[in-house]
Amino acid sequence: MIYLDNSATTQPLPEAAQAAARAMTDVWGNPSALHDGGLDALELLDESRKAVAKALGCTPAELYFTSGGTAADNTAIFGAALARRRAGNRVVTTSAEHPAVARACDRLEALGCEVVRLPARADGGFELSALEEALSDKTILVSCMAVNNELGTITDIPAVSRVVRRCAKNALFHVDAVQAFGKLPFRADKCGADLVAVSAHKIHGIKGAGALYVKKGVRVEPFLVGGGQERGLVSGTEPMPAIAAFAEAAKRIGDPAQHLAHARALRSALTDALADCPHVAFNSPADGLPYIVNLSLTGVPSQPAVNALCEMGVYVSAGSACKRGHRSEVLTAVHLPPERIDSAIRVSFSRFNTVEEAYAAAEAIRKTIERIRR
Amino acid sequence: MNEVILLKDGELALKGLNRSTFESVMLKNLRHSLRKTGGEYDIRRAQSTTVVEPLTDDCDMDAAAEAAGRLLGIVAYTRAAKCEKDMDVILPTAREYLTDQLTDAKTFKVEAKRSDKKFPLKSPDIQREVGGYLLSRFPHLTVDVHDPDVKVTVEIRDQYAFIHGNQLPGAGGIPAGTGGHGCILISGGIDSPVAAYLMAKRGVRLTAVHFASPPYTSVLAEKKVHDLLEAVSRYSGRITLYTVRFTQLQEKIRDEAPRELFTVTMRRLMMRIAGQIARDNGCGCLITGESLGQVASQTMEAIACTDDAAPLPVLRPCIGLDKSEIIEYARRIETFETSIQPYEDCCTVFTPKHPKTRPTVAEARDAEAKILDDDMLRAAVETAKKLVIA
Repeated sequence: MIYLDNSATTQPLPEAAQAAARAMTDVWGNPSALHDGGLDALELLDESRKAVAKALGCTPAELYFTSGGTAADNTAIFGAALARRRAGNRVVTTSAEHPAVARACDRLEALGCEVVRLPARADGGFELSALEEALSDKTILVSCMAVNNELGTITDIPAVSRVVRRCAKNALFHVDAVQAFGKLPFRADKCGADLVAVSAHKIHGIKGAGALYVKKGVRVEPFLVGGGQERGLVSGTEPMPAIAAFAEAAKRIGDPAQHLAHARALRSALTDALADCPHVAFNSPADGLPYIVNLSLTGVPSQPAVNALCEMGVYVSAGSACKRGHRSEVLTAVHLPPERIDSAIRVSFSRFNTVEEAYAAAEAIRKTIERIRR
Repeated sequence: MNEVILLKDGELALKGLNRSTFESVMLKNLRHSLRKTGGEYDIRRAQSTTVVEPLTDDCDMDAAAEAAGRLLGIVAYTRAAKCEKDMDVILPTAREYLTDQLTDAKTFKVEAKRSDKKFPLKSPDIQREVGGYLLSRFPHLTVDVHDPDVKVTVEIRDQYAFIHGNQLPGAGGIPAGTGGHGCILISGGIDSPVAAYLMAKRGVRLTAVHFASPPYTSVLAEKKVHDLLEAVSRYSGRITLYTVRFTQLQEKIRDEAPRELFTVTMRRLMMRIAGQIARDNGCGCLITGESLGQVASQTMEAIACTDDAAPLPVLRPCIGLDKSEIIEYARRIETFETSIQPYEDCCTVFTPKHPKTRPTVAEARDAEAKILDDDMLRAAVETAKKLVIA
C-alpha cells in the first residue's frame, strides 16, 4: 500500500499507539481525581502538555487540549466572538476555509455577526489589501488557515497579523494550522496569531485529540461548559489516550525545515513524472506546501480515479475527505472550472513517504487516465 | 397483568380454499421476525386474529410490536392487556393499562366484543360499565362515540379478556412468500427498493441482482445496496443478493456500441444477466424500479427495447407512480435516507448526455449484437458474489 492521503489522516507512530494503549491499560485514571490513579493521569497530562507545547512553540500554560482540530477551531472562533462581543460585531474570514472554520463562521452569522468572507485568489490565497479594507475597530475576529487543506496554499501569517494589528485593534486573530503543524517551520508564539488550532492525527498521533494555543494574556470564553477541565476553556474529561499519543507524536516531530526539503523532493518526483502527460493539470500553486499536490485528471471523474488508484494500492483522496460526495467548496471558491473540480484528486505526503512511492503513484495515475479517460 | 400483541388479518380473510396456506406462511414469517428480536412467544390464532404472547423474560415487546407492524398480511395490530374474564379484574386492568393513553386524551369511547356468548354481561352492558368506571377514574374525559381520541376495546374471548386502546395500521398486503419468487434489479437509487417492497407486499419472495462497476463505482455503493435490502427484508424476509461485476461489459458497450444507444444496450445486457440468475434461483419474474417517462431509458420505446432481451416477464410496480409518490413510499419503509447518499451506481457511469429516447427494437438489437458475447455473459453470472441478507 502506498498511502498518500496524509492530509486526511496519518498513520499513528508505534510509540503514539503504545502511549495510547498505556493510557488505557495502565494510567487510565481521571486527571481530576484526587487519588493516586488521578494523580498519575494528571502527571501524564502535564507531561503531554509540555511535549505538545514545545513542538508548537509556546509555553504549556498557553496550550489547551481539545478533542481534535474541529473542536480547537470551534473553541477559538466561538470563544473569541463571545469574549469580544461588546467590542463589535464583524468577523473576517476567507472563502476557502476548512468547514470547521467556515461552518462556525456561518453559525456566528446566523447569531447576528456580520461575517466578511474575503474572496479567494486562483491559488487559494487572498489579497492583504482586501483584508485591510474589511477591517475596522468593530472587527472582533479574523480567522484564516496557515495552509489550505485542499490546495496546500501557504498564507503568510506574520504579514496577515501585521495588517490585523494595524487595522483592527479589537480583533483576535485565529489561525487554523492543522495542515501546517510539523510541516512548516513556525512558532505559535512568534507567528503573530492569538489563537492557533492543531490536530494530533495529522502529525502521526491518533484521532481524538487536538490543541488550541491561546496567547498569554488573551481571554476567550469557553464554548464547551461543564466540569471546567483545561482551566475552564474546554470542559469534558480529557481524552487521555489520544493526548498521550499526541505527545509522543509531538516529541518525534523533528525539524520541519528539514522535512520540507524531503517533501519538495517527493513533489518534484510526482510532478516531473507527470509533466509530459497532457491530461494532468496541477491545481496546487507552485509555491504551496509541497506535502499537498492537488491535480485534475481531465476526463476522469474523481471517484473512479480514487477507486482505480486504490485497486493499484495507491490511496489518495478526492478533494477534501471531510466533505464526501460534495463538490469541493475550496475548489469552487478559487473558481476552478467544474470539470476540473469534478476530476480533482489530492495527493498528500507525509515525511515518511519515499521518492520511489511518489514515482509509483505517478505511474498509477498514468495508468488510471489511460484506462478511464475517453 | 400480561401484555400481548393482537394482529388482525387483512385480505387473508377473503381467501377461499387456500386460506390455510396463507395463514401458515404468515405465521412462519411472524415466528421468523420474532426470533430476530429475541425471547420466546406463544402464537395462537382465533377469529382472524393472531395473539402473540411473551413466554420468557427476555422478550422485547417494543421490538416485537415493531416487527408486527411490518408483517405483511396484517391490516391492523395493537398491544393489549390480557386478563381474567371477570368484570372485577377487567375494570382495574383497563384503568391501569390505559392510564397513559387516557391521560393524554380528551375524548374516548368503549367498544366491547363478546365471542364467548356465555359471558354474563352482553356487549352494551360491558361498554356501559367499563365506560362509567373509566369516566369516574379519569374525570377530565368526555365520551365521543363518533370520533374519540381513544377507542377502548374490551374483547371477551373463550379463555381470557383482552383490553386495548387504539389499533395501529398494519403493513397490509399478503404474506411474504405466498406470491411466487421474483428477482429485483437493484441500483441503490430511490426507486428499486420501493419496487422490491411493493412486490414483497403482494407476497413475492425476493432475490436481488446488483451491478457493480469498480473502479467506476465505489465499494460504498455496494454497501448502500446491502443497507437498502436489509430495510426491505424487514418486510420481505430473507433476500439473496447477487453482485455482478459489470465493469468489463460496460467498458465494452462504451467502446463498441453507438453512444446514444449506450443505456438501452446496457439495460438489455442487465436483463440477460439478471434473467439467468433469476432462472437459476427459480424466480418467475424480473422486477425493476422503472417509472414511465422518468428518464430516457424509461420511455415506452426504451422499455420495449429492454424487454425484448428479457428472458422472463418484467414487473414494474412503480411504473405509474410519480417521483414524489415513490419518495413517500421510500420514507415509509425507511430507505430514502440511504438511497440519497451520493455514491455513483453503474447506471450513471458512462451515460451519454443525450441518450436516444425513442430507440427502435431493431436498432437496439443491432447495437447489442455487435458486443453480445455469451462467454462474457456467462462469466458475469458465474462470478457474481452471493450474499444472504436476512
